[in-house]
Amino acid sequence: MAVLVIADHDGSALRDSTHKTVTAAQALSGEIDVLVYGEGVDGVAGQAAKIAGVRKVLVSQSAALKQDLAEDVSTLIAGLAGSYDTVAVPASSSGKNVAPRVAALLDVSLISDVLQVVDGSTFVRPIYAGNALETVQTSEAKKVLTVRPTAFKPAGEGGSAAIEAVAAPAAFGKSRFVSEEKVKSDRPELGSARVVVSGGRALGSAEEFNAVLDPLADRLGAAVGASRAAVDAGYAPNDYQVGQTGKVVAPDIYIAIGISGAIQHLAGMKDSKVIVAINKDPEAPIFGVADFGLVEDYKTAVPALMKALG
Amino acid sequence: MKILVPVKRVLDYNVKVRVKADQSGVDLSNVKMSMNPFDEIAVEEATRLKEKGVVTEIVAVSIGPAQARDTIVTALTIGADRGILIQTDQDVEPLAVAKLLKAVIEQEKPDLVIMGKQAIDGDNNATGQMLAALTGWPQATFASKVVIEGTEALVTREVDGGLQTVGVQLPAVITTDLRLNEPRYASLPNIMKAKKKPLDVKAVADYGVDVAPRLKVVKVAEPPKRGAGKKVADAAELVADLKAAGVL
Ligand SMILES: Cc1cc2nc3c(=O)[nH]c(=O)nc-3n(C[C@H](O)[C@H](O)[C@H](O)COP(=O)(O)OP(=O)(O)OC[C@H]3O[C@@H](n4cnc5c(N)ncnc54)[C@H](O)[C@@H]3O)c2cc1C
Ligand SMILES: Nc1ncnc2c1ncn2[C@@H]1O[C@H](COP(=O)(O)O)[C@@H](O)[C@H]1O
Repeated sequence: MAVLVIADHDGSALRDSTHKTVTAAQALSGEIDVLVYGEGVDGVAGQAAKIAGVRKVLVSQSAALKQDLAEDVSTLIAGLAGSYDTVAVPASSSGKNVAPRVAALLDVSLISDVLQVVDGSTFVRPIYAGNALETVQTSEAKKVLTVRPTAFKPAGEGGSAAIEAVAAPAAFGKSRFVSEEKVKSDRPELGSARVVVSGGRALGSAEEFNAVLDPLADRLGAAVGASRAAVDAGYAPNDYQVGQTGKVVAPDIYIAIGISGAIQHLAGMKDSKVIVAINKDPEAPIFGVADFGLVEDYKTAVPALMKALG
Repeated sequence: MKILVPVKRVLDYNVKVRVKADQSGVDLSNVKMSMNPFDEIAVEEATRLKEKGVVTEIVAVSIGPAQARDTIVTALTIGADRGILIQTDQDVEPLAVAKLLKAVIEQEKPDLVIMGKQAIDGDNNATGQMLAALTGWPQATFASKVVIEGTEALVTREVDGGLQTVGVQLPAVITTDLRLNEPRYASLPNIMKAKKKPLDVKAVADYGVDVAPRLKVVKVAEPPKRGAGKKVADAAELVADLKAAGVL
């Protein structure tokens, strides 16, 4: 039976986590619909319709949906779920907020952070900060999943799905959007960047963090990440945090600068293709997972790296 | 105003995780167990609201084995007034935990539930949102700041791309993120006081909730090991190696 994939977008463009969730859905069914919710998102729906393998795109628009209020969004999704066997949601902060609420409205479990679809009812997911992988099987009539985008390749383009409007639910009313502070950046998004350079507590201040990481990130076309210690100390904004409780990334190159490599940090980056660590302590645990380790003070190593990159 | 704080006993976050050889689960014998770090933050936040005079009573609830009593005592030490242990040796899944918590809410009638965003054993990140759905309450997840203004909680949330602030009408469910606060250390007088605070022990049957697992754990395996690679002498060698690896 069919799968409903919930689109992840920024109001004007679809994020590739949507394409990756479609790939996960393809392992479950050939009938995949995508739900795009928000306001003024006809363009996004058009992009979703072009994903290869998508049957239909549903679009629902209202102010509450634009503000991504979990109560309204979950009412919408749970209301549509009747026609689907599975609801698959990208494991973004928005998806993690909404999917469990949808599951409870449907009286089913949530299977979160799916890494692999074994068969129609069996899934692999990380537990204990990725230190163990759990294979779970469900016999429930409906499945609600969050999908870890880094574990799947994006579905291609070339589709031409029909687009259908669906009514927004009546406003929930007991929650309201007050404000948001989004970090503006011209860099690629952390979750989908090909290269990530991350800084840790060693950087010592926000000024130093930017002075060291920005030129390197610019040179490599990289996204910038950080350890929790760096974020807590105010060197970097909260949404830079990589790890168990931050973002999960799997770029081609992950460069950890002045990061010790606590298990909670490794949980967010150990599936990167190539890991580089720059740390002056040869015993730092990060070297245990690094493909290339440079034992050196970042103050000399990063300028030398810039020079070697040319 | 009354706050309910659900707290879970989990493997201490500093303990190295060992997967059992028969792949039936993670080895929890003879290892240090602690309160889930996010729940400690939840108890701390409730305690601060009490110290500000916004809150009059904090009730900590745990669902778990007899030893989860220690987890409740930790909550009482930080500042909770009363504890409820729903004792069971079964692994209770998030949906069933949410149903039990809903039953507790029906008896206790709190104005607010503050709980962890995720338990660091199962990493589900589900129970708070599920409880909000079952009670029909609004939710504010991943909180890094909580301000109570009359009948509304203004909550700053950590979201992809930055921060979002929402206002939720009470009663509501709030889940904590790491930056909400830094929990205090237990002082000796508070440890002594905690031992005298009331702690009720209940059974799952007292709440009439079906906690039979819905999911079958087929196996628990170790993730693919990622060995240490090579140490490079300098940045030039690093760049050469990255080029050779085909990623640069
Ligand atoms: C429940 C929970 C969840 C958590 N979630 C996360 C998470 O999602 N992400 C995360 O990152 N952390 C997380 N943490 C925190 C984690 O345990 C570590 O505390 C944190 O990752 C440490 O950050 P760090 O490596 O920057 O700092 P440190 O551990 O202090 O390491 C700094 C490193 O810099 C090196 N160094 C110092 N000076 C220099 C120099 N001049 N040149 C080169 N190297 C230098 C040092 O040798 C050291 O290895 C979590 C913790 C808990 C309890
Ligand atoms: N067995 C339990 N007892 C008490 N609280 C729990 C239990 N399981 C989960 N919780 C609460 O739900 C939060 C989220 O857990 P989870 O959805 O399992 O990641 C935790 O931080 C706790 O506050």
